[in-house]
Amino acid sequence: METKKFYLGIDVGSTTVKTVITDDEKNILYSKYQRHFSKVKETVSDQLQLIKDQYAGAQFKIAVTGSAGLGLANAAQLPFVQEVHSAFIAVKEKYKDTDVVIELGGEDAKIIFFTGGVEQRMNGSCAGGTGAFIDQMATLLGITADELDELSEKAEKVYPIASRCGVFAKSDIQPLLNQGARREDVAASIFQAVVDQTVSGLAQGRKIEGNVLFLGGPLFFLKGLRKAFTRTLKLDEKTAFFPDEAPVFVAYGSALFALNSEDTYFTIEELANRVAQAKSDDHIATGDRLFNSKLEYENFIERHKSCDLKYAQIENYEGDAYLGIDAGSTTTKLVLITPDCRLLYKYYASNKGQPLDRISKKLAEIYSLAGDKLKIRGCAVTGYGEDLIKAGLHADFGIVETVAHYTAAAYFCPDVDFIIDIGGQDIKCFKIKNGAIDSIMLNEACSSGCGSFIQTFAQAMGYDIERFSNLGLFAEHPVDLGSRCTVFMNSSVKQAQKDGATVEDISAGLSGSIIKNAVYKVIRAKSVSELGENIVVQGGTFLNDAVLRSFEKELGRNVIRPAIAGLMGAFGAALYAKEHSTGSSAILDKESVDKFSYSSKAFQCGGCTAKCNLNLITFNNNEKYISGNKCDKGAGKKENTKENCLFEYKYDLLLSTNLKQENKPAARIGLPLTLSYYEQLPFWSRLFTELGFETVISNESSRQMYYKGQQTIPSDTVCYPAKLAHGHILDLLDQNVDFIFYPCMSYNLDEGESQNHYNCPVVAYYPELLKANIPELNDNNFKAPYMDLNRHKHVVNVLYNTLSEYSISRKDISTALDKAFESLNEYHSKIAQRAQDIINTARKENRKIIVLAGRPYHIDKEINHGINKLITSLGMSVITEDSICSLGEMPHLDVLNQWTYHSRLYKAAQYVVTQPDMQLVQLVSFGCGIDAITTDEVRSILERNGKLYTQLKIDEISNLGAAKIRLRSLMAASK
Amino acid sequence: MSKYPVFTDEMKKTHTILVPDMLPIHFNLIVSILRSCGYKMELLQTSTQTVIDEGLKNVHNDTCYPALLVIGQFMEALNSGRYDPNTTALMLTQTGGGCRASNYIHLLRKALADKYPQVPVISLNFSGLEKEGSFKLNVPIVMKLLFAVLYGDILMLLYNQCRPYEMIPGESDEVLHKWEKILRDQFLNGKFLSTAKTYKKILNDFAQIKRSKTKKVKVGIVGEIYVKYSPLANNHLEDFLISEGCEPVVPSLLDFVLYCAVNTVNDGKIYEFRNKSTVAFKIGYDVIYAKQKQMIKIIKEHGVFDPPHDFEHLRTASDKYINQGVKMGEGWLIPAEMAALAESGTENIICTQPFGCLPNHIVAKGMSRVIKQAYPDANIVAIDYDPGATKVNQENRIKLMLANARR
Repeated sequence: METKKFYLGIDVGSTTVKTVITDDEKNILYSKYQRHFSKVKETVSDQLQLIKDQYAGAQFKIAVTGSAGLGLANAAQLPFVQEVHSAFIAVKEKYKDTDVVIELGGEDAKIIFFTGGVEQRMNGSCAGGTGAFIDQMATLLGITADELDELSEKAEKVYPIASRCGVFAKSDIQPLLNQGARREDVAASIFQAVVDQTVSGLAQGRKIEGNVLFLGGPLFFLKGLRKAFTRTLKLDEKTAFFPDEAPVFVAYGSALFALNSEDTYFTIEELANRVAQAKSDDHIATGDRLFNSKLEYENFIERHKSCDLKYAQIENYEGDAYLGIDAGSTTTKLVLITPDCRLLYKYYASNKGQPLDRISKKLAEIYSLAGDKLKIRGCAVTGYGEDLIKAGLHADFGIVETVAHYTAAAYFCPDVDFIIDIGGQDIKCFKIKNGAIDSIMLNEACSSGCGSFIQTFAQAMGYDIERFSNLGLFAEHPVDLGSRCTVFMNSSVKQAQKDGATVEDISAGLSGSIIKNAVYKVIRAKSVSELGENIVVQGGTFLNDAVLRSFEKELGRNVIRPAIAGLMGAFGAALYAKEHSTGSSAILDKESVDKFSYSSKAFQCGGCTAKCNLNLITFNNNEKYISGNKCDKGAGKKENTKENCLFEYKYDLLLSTNLKQENKPAARIGLPLTLSYYEQLPFWSRLFTELGFETVISNESSRQMYYKGQQTIPSDTVCYPAKLAHGHILDLLDQNVDFIFYPCMSYNLDEGESQNHYNCPVVAYYPELLKANIPELNDNNFKAPYMDLNRHKHVVNVLYNTLSEYSISRKDISTALDKAFESLNEYHSKIAQRAQDIINTARKENRKIIVLAGRPYHIDKEINHGINKLITSLGMSVITEDSICSLGEMPHLDVLNQWTYHSRLYKAAQYVVTQPDMQLVQLVSFGCGIDAITTDEVRSILERNGKLYTQLKIDEISNLGAAKIRLRSLMAASK
Repeated sequence: MSKYPVFTDEMKKTHTILVPDMLPIHFNLIVSILRSCGYKMELLQTSTQTVIDEGLKNVHNDTCYPALLVIGQFMEALNSGRYDPNTTALMLTQTGGGCRASNYIHLLRKALADKYPQVPVISLNFSGLEKEGSFKLNVPIVMKLLFAVLYGDILMLLYNQCRPYEMIPGESDEVLHKWEKILRDQFLNGKFLSTAKTYKKILNDFAQIKRSKTKKVKVGIVGEIYVKYSPLANNHLEDFLISEGCEPVVPSLLDFVLYCAVNTVNDGKIYEFRNKSTVAFKIGYDVIYAKQKQMIKIIKEHGVFDPPHDFEHLRTASDKYINQGVKMGEGWLIPAEMAALAESGTENIICTQPFGCLPNHIVAKGMSRVIKQAYPDANIVAIDYDPGATKVNQENRIKLMLANARR
């Protein structure tokens, strides 16, 4: 009898293993889909075993595919086909009239264009909007991906969530939850973020249209995600196709690849043997063991045990008590103490996206445990959810997190020099000098993968967090996973697994990388001595012994970890309540807590163009609370922005410099309100108006403006201000201008303060990119000449040539050019004048002044997200770097000072140093490479002169929770 | 704030100058030339994890990967005890453009300030930056450096065209090493000027290597200068491509030299001015370009190997898509190289770049669309390099590009 011959495709993805068997006729005879929980080899072997039982004695041609299949195929010496190509083969076979394929996998996203030139693409290395991202978000909400899907069906509205990267999205979602946004709406927003990510990150300028085939597990299992794609891409039942075999479709493609290959046949036994014997490369870098012996571990435990509070029984206790609440981003903490600081009650748990529910329940529990004998005399709340909890439960005090943590740390170690707190989402470090917070270091949104990261990872590998981290304590060869953001860490872990690292090694490695991230990225310490003698570590993540040990090993010294490390924020709040108590507390009493309930409703603020998404929470006593607002207006209070903030003045002034043409214009010239025009609009508008043209500016930036041009953005890691330019260009085309004028400028104006006067590469050449990526643009409707404004004669020549069809004389251009410079100078002096007014008023009214320093385009409301209003609502005045930089000396610099805008920062910083009531806050757009250089330099100018440095990183993210904490910390520290 | 130490005349005798590795072939030659000029030089070839760790520790982590690696390599060397910090100096190249790369040297000095304040840093540049210090480039040294680039280029070119096809493993390496030694000796005894003769000998030697006739997929490598060439930065990209059965096509270093020279000339043209440097760079450009033409001519006459791109042709190759005014980082050179590769039959192109590279938003990812429009068969993949980016992630994307190539 002839042996039967089949074709086997094995698709090993980042989370699942899929197998498909076909016959010669390309029919699918068998398929299987299974999660592998990072046990790649074992799962593949299991599946082969299943096949062996059903296909005894048969022979197979085989092809392996998938991101985790690559390593396996190499090690087992089996044929490999790249997964996107595999999908391509299958689509060609089964769905011939497909125009575009979108496939979302566990950690990859792919797109294949068939019509109009075949093109296959994968997401770059920085893009997390995939299956793993959805899982992570579901974990955040404390539900499964399927439950997330169900929730999304009942959504009423969609919030904008940063779609570029999982970490970013997370820092958008967590505050939304903490502010009480409906979980249904958040669920739908998560799916929308994935869609946006696919459209902007993958399509990169190519339109997704025609018949679209959707593949991959998430798109198969999640109806909400399907809907979001269909809606956004404007598809319908006929053009959006979700095949039944989607989960195993790629494996089918590799079976087809095997069918057509020249490779040899294997029996299943042979295959199983190869897989079993597959040896991984020994390339993984490994570090030292955490503990060399059990004894060393026991000594370690003993040492840390000594730092604890005294306890009291809440059931028996009679007397006063103080309550501290820490409504953190992912967790909720409560601490109740006696006047002599004994611990009566503690609570620490994930808030599952419902902090208010958690805390009211726990308060009720305290009342029922304690009965009438206990009187709460004061209650303070801190953390992301501070305002909400304060409003809902009537807590007496709200304090900023940094103050709470320092208060708690000082209780355990009065002469503490350095505090490091690693929580679920934040890393916070403070240096303490003379009993006050001297400098604060917080992680940037990008590297916020801290505690919650390790937790999500543990779950993905099928462990609970405690068990997972304990596994790492005695790992033989902890893997070195780098110190970058979580998305990168995910793929580092993937690689380590492929290379044969054990779960123990990975667990220890993750602890190590969290520490490396904190030390090198957040603290940026070069030597241990910088941190001082007495270091207190806290935050839930440090309860993890492996993390604590990694930290001590990295520093080479012992540190103090209080036994209540996870509760320090709440403990600090309780201490604060004790110190500031007036003798009675307004906190809801037993009766009111039992009856406590609330409802929340989402709506859009109409107060200004920012159109913030607000949440109205109505409590059962009919009190209301509004969250999501960036300014006082949204919360229904009177605004005090305009008089005290230069940002708004400057913005309005800039728009007003676009002049009206009184005569019939020779042509309508479009000027995009973006990048360099935020500085030079007065110049160009005057110039062209003088020459008889009408200048038309694009409409103000908004989220919609971004979406409008999103499909034409080729590089998803460029800064948000640049991305917005695409929408502005399309907007000008819609306004039917005769042509758009957007010059390329290597050189900015020479302000005489720097060794050179470059623009940054993005500002200098973005017009080139726009021309190459927006199909509607051509040489006639888009004029982007190269010019150096410092060279008068040359500029005249360039404009003479550019405007040749309008026959304007060189002389006229030259005269207009002089006038244009007059307008630009006038614009600058008005700003400087106004800044002086603001400074004078602030000083009269005894208000602190913040120099919110960045680039000219940071006055764009869609770029700054209203941070200026946030600052004024905290009772401070705001001016800009360019309004005062001429008042300062150029300080000594350790860097090459060669960019015009950036040299303004240095001078502004130097000026701030001479003004006791001024602080500088630097706005940095994510992806700004130049600011990797300027931030360090500005920090050094400020800190060597005893000032605090605060940096706010901004992107498409519109949530200001983190910024608020930073600013309040700055306020608290600068008192 | 203390001023940083300067490299003095006496140090020429006492100090060892460390140079980071970018292109092994070229930099070996450059180091031996500078040695022949009386400097004690050493090329750093460490590529351990410690290099990356030191980089992460000492440089702002958002700074580009090349800065991190180069500074990490220096710090590793100083920490290792192999060199006495009191008699060690460091050398870095500086191009002086609007890209943040011009700041590497300052970042290095910052990194040194705490631990090794006595170590002088020498800037190797042609833009008049960092005028103090005794390391002076005179005409004979500059000429020698130019010849090192020329010889390095022809060796790299021929080696890349032989190694994927060699029948006896290691033969290409043997010829390469033989010539590296001969050239070193020539630079020492001053007999390096007769390029024509030497080229022919090199060509003959490489032509002797037994090569198979199997057709291999040609893959062009373009991108940010350091990541494009340095195996440390690009995870040994050339080796990987060869193991995948491809022929790596790496544009010559001379193109970058000519690119830098012509940019100054271009500036004068675009912004309508003339000064000492526009005139000097024009003369320099003409001299170097003539040397390149000579090399191309000899390779063509020899008839066995493909010559490098003619730079004047390269310049016009991208004029349709991007103006030569884009001069920061690798600027217009990247789209020019992509177009030149595509039109000469190397349609598969890897564009290597440090994660978050600013100029590359414009000149690499930003130009792929128009280049693909002009060359529909062009198969371009942009790969980001970064301390956290994993090899498997990068290789998977390159494999996708190769699957496309073989479709």
